[in-house]
Order: sequence, then structure tokens, then C-alpha cells
Amino acid sequence: MKQKRMRGSTATVAVLCLLAALFLVPVVIVVINSFKSRFYISGAPFELPNSETFVGLENYINGLTSSGFLAAFGRSLFITVCSVALIVICTSMTAWYIVRVKSRFTKVLYYLFVFSMIVPFQMVMYTMTYVVNAINFDNVVGIVFIYLGFGAGLSVFMLSGFIKSIPLEIEEAATIDGCNAPQAFFMVVFPILKPTAITVAILNAMWVWNDYLLPYLILGTRNKTVPVAIQLAMQGAYGSTDYGGLMAMLVLAIIPIIIFYLSAQKYIIKGVIAGAVKG
Amino acid sequence: MKKSLKKYFPLFLLPTLAAFIIAFIVPFVMGVALSFTEFKTVTDAKWVGFDNYVRAFTTDSDFLHALGFTSLFAVVSIVTVNVIAFILALMLARGIRGTNFFRSVFFMPNLIGGIVLGYIWNLLINGLLSVNGVDITYKTQYGCWGLVVMTNWQLIGYMMVIYIAGLQNVPTDLIEAASIDGASPLKTLFRIKIPLVMPSITICTFLTLTNSFKMFDQNLALTAGAPERTTQMLALNIYDTFYGRMGWQGVGQAKAVVFFLIVAVLAFVQLRLTGSKEVEH
Repeated sequence: MKQKRMRGSTATVAVLCLLAALFLVPVVIVVINSFKSRFYISGAPFELPNSETFVGLENYINGLTSSGFLAAFGRSLFITVCSVALIVICTSMTAWYIVRVKSRFTKVLYYLFVFSMIVPFQMVMYTMTYVVNAINFDNVVGIVFIYLGFGAGLSVFMLSGFIKSIPLEIEEAATIDGCNAPQAFFMVVFPILKPTAITVAILNAMWVWNDYLLPYLILGTRNKTVPVAIQLAMQGAYGSTDYGGLMAMLVLAIIPIIIFYLSAQKYIIKGVIAGAVKG
Repeated sequence: MKKSLKKYFPLFLLPTLAAFIIAFIVPFVMGVALSFTEFKTVTDAKWVGFDNYVRAFTTDSDFLHALGFTSLFAVVSIVTVNVIAFILALMLARGIRGTNFFRSVFFMPNLIGGIVLGYIWNLLINGLLSVNGVDITYKTQYGCWGLVVMTNWQLIGYMMVIYIAGLQNVPTDLIEAASIDGASPLKTLFRIKIPLVMPSITICTFLTLTNSFKMFDQNLALTAGAPERTTQMLALNIYDTFYGRMGWQGVGQAKAVVFFLIVAVLAFVQLRLTGSKEVEH
């Protein structure tokens, strides 16, 4: 019996190893091709580089310099970090206010936030771009504010769910000790919120970093983010796409995600499950 | 607390509320209103009633095709993603060595953004097809299956993680009792495990469904609708109507409202189902 189970698990491990290899192949192939000359990529992506086709870091240097990818990378990083920080701080304050100040107004507001989660982006895409242009928010700083508006739904929903479980006594004790509302929030409530705040931060970071359409519509092609730069590099001049540069860009777009994932894996998986079950 | 908190309304509520109104509330209301008008820029809107909706379904056959294609794609994805993810979860829930490594590998593609994902698979599939001297835009089937394979690669790990969580909640004494009573592993699977992870199955089904329906980036990067808009899904079709055709903005907005209603109905059905299908134990 025991031996049978052992053999069963060896077979399982073998199948899993095979599947894991299949899952890794696409990324590995992109990495390999990023070191090949641009003329040997789209026709023969499965060939390993040889002495003739290997170009070292040339693609990375071309990809980074020619199309302003480095600037796009910095821009994406700036937008992601600022948006996530703003979303976490502002929506946790909002969620606390909504849960603790119970009025018809906050109730309506809560349901509006929940409602916004199910509305697909295409529904508001055109008119949102119009509004943003009209108030001159179509820049790198303005888009951070717009991300706060779009991220608010899920974030407020998740945070207020957690706040409902915090006993009121803790906050009352803080008030008796002489805290006003902001002090009570930042010194008492926000530290308690930390686990959910991390989840909210991770979900929003993944969304903002990978988002293509919103920055494309608002910032256009002058202020490219990473996904926009990749899309443009591919469309750029038809027939003469620099596949080498594109491969290098793909690798550079994935690297931050892999680092982020490896350093916060536990939180990410937990956060994604929480987001799935609630969203 | 409530009183002192109300005093701080501008600090606690105003930033989020202002952003929410500008980014969502105003555009949403304008969007609904504009779907009943003809316009080139938002300011020259002219009331036309339900004309745009009629045009979306009659003069523009691409929209119905996109709706059908998206639905077909969603059904195929739901089946393949969930079956494979569930089998992987069954293998990994047994606590074999290296579980964490496998889980990490399978989950990783989910974090890669749609545009990057689309171009990775564009390279791979075109590489495979180049043997025959064609590429993914040559036939509708190529693009369709390309989208399915890519979606599987992206979503399997995600759904697997949810299924593992569900399977770990199945009480071990129930499974032990079944095996003492002489139930075969297959019977245990269908009579105990699957009914008990029904909530996870519902969640994953709807996640795959909404993901497939809202898919845009991957569609744009992998096929961009080629050949001849036949692999164009709903979101891309709406985008194309807005920005690719002059004078069709009203129709685009009407399509967007229809799209919103479809997604809203799906979300509502999910909400009702997640409550009722759970097995008590």
C-alpha cells in the first residue's frame, strides 16, 4: 500500500515537472531570443543563439535607447508607486469614514463604489478621456489621481469589509486618551488595517503596472508607459519591427514583476485569492 | 467618534470622492446619455433615441460576430482552464515535495500584463506556424486557438490556487471515512471532493467568464482582430468603433452600454449562485 502510494506520487511529480517546464518555456524563449540578432527571431524563435546570431546585449542597448523605453520604465514606476500609495491611504480613510459614520449618504456612496467594480472600462473610456482632457489632468501627475478614482471601488469594498470587524472599543479608548479623528486613524486604526492594506496595495500595483488602455488614452504616445511603449514598438513601422529590441523590452517588463513576486509571494497569492473571492 | 469624524469630512472623504466623481460617476452618466445621441465630439451631441442601439445590431454585423466569438471563446476557456486547474490542484493538494515551487511556477504567468502576454504568444505561435509559411493572422482558427492557449497559460495557475484553498478545506475525516467504507478514489472525488468545493468552482467559473468577456489587451496584442476582424472580441470591437471609424462614436457608446449590461447580469447571476450552491456540512 505504502509502496503503491510512493509510486503514485513519483508519477505525479514527473507530470508536474513536465507541466512546469511547459509553463516556463514561453518566458525562457523570450529571454533566449533577446540575445539573438533581430533578423533571426520572428522566423526561428525556437533556435538557440549560435556564434552567428548571438549579439550579446545589443538588443537591450537598442531597445532601451531608441524608443525612449528607459523613460517609459521610469514613468511606469513613478505612476505605479504614487497611485498605489495614494489609493491605499485615501481609500482606507474613506472606508473608515463610510463604516463609522453611518448615514444615508455614506450608504449610497458605498453602493456606488461596489457598483463601479462591475462596470467595464469600455463603458466610461470615451467620456472619461474627454473629462480628463477638459480639466487638464492628461499628464503623469493627473493620471495618478484618475487611478485613485478607478481603484476606489475594489479598495474601499475590501477595506470596509475588514474595518467592520474591528471592535469599536479600540477607537473609543483612543478618543478617551485624547486623540482626534486623524490621530486615532493613523495611530490606531491604520496599523490594524495593515494586512488588508497590503492586499489592496498588491492588487492595485499589478493592475496599474500592467495597464495599457488608460495610460494610452490619457497620456498618449508622448508620455509612454511600459505597455504602451511595447505596443507602439510592435506596431511602429509595419514590416520592419525591431524584434530584438522588442524581446529586450518584454524581458525588462517582466523582470520587475518577477522580483516583486519572489519577494512578496506569500502576500501576493493570499491577496489575489482575497480579491477573487470578493471581487 | 462619529461627531469628530464628521468634522474631518474634507480630509477623509474628499480626495477619494473627487477622484471617483471625475473618473467614474461623471463619465458613466455622460456615457449613458451619449448612447442616445449622435456626436463627433462630446459637445455636439444630437438626440437620436434608440438609433445607435439599432445600428449596433443591424448595420454593423461585426458587433454580433464579436458577441458570438466572445461567448464561444468564453465557453471553451471556462472548460479548459477549470478542468486543467482542478486536476493540478488535486495533484498539489496532496502535499508532495516541491508543492511551493510548482505553485509558484504555475501562478507566475498571471502577473504578466496582457500586452506583454499577447506578444510573447504572438512570437511563439508565429514561430510554430512559420514552418508552413503563415502566421496567426492567416486563419480565424489560428487566432481563436491562440487566444484559448494563451488564456489557459495565464489563468490556470490563478484558478489552481483557489481550488487548492478549497480542497484544503475538505475535512480529512470525511475522506478517511469514505475510504474505510470502501469508496474508490474516483467515487471520493465525485461524491465528496467536488460537491464540497462547489463554491470554489462557482467562483472560478465566473472569474474565467468575466475575464474572457472583458479581455482587451491580450486580444489587441495577439491578433488585433485579424484576419478581417474575425477574432475581434467585444471590448476590442467597441474600442474600434470609437476610435477607428469616423461618426460612429454614438454607436460605440451604445455598444458599451450593452456590454456593461451583459457584464452586470453575469455579475448578478454569480452573486446569486455563490450563495445557493454551497453544500452544508
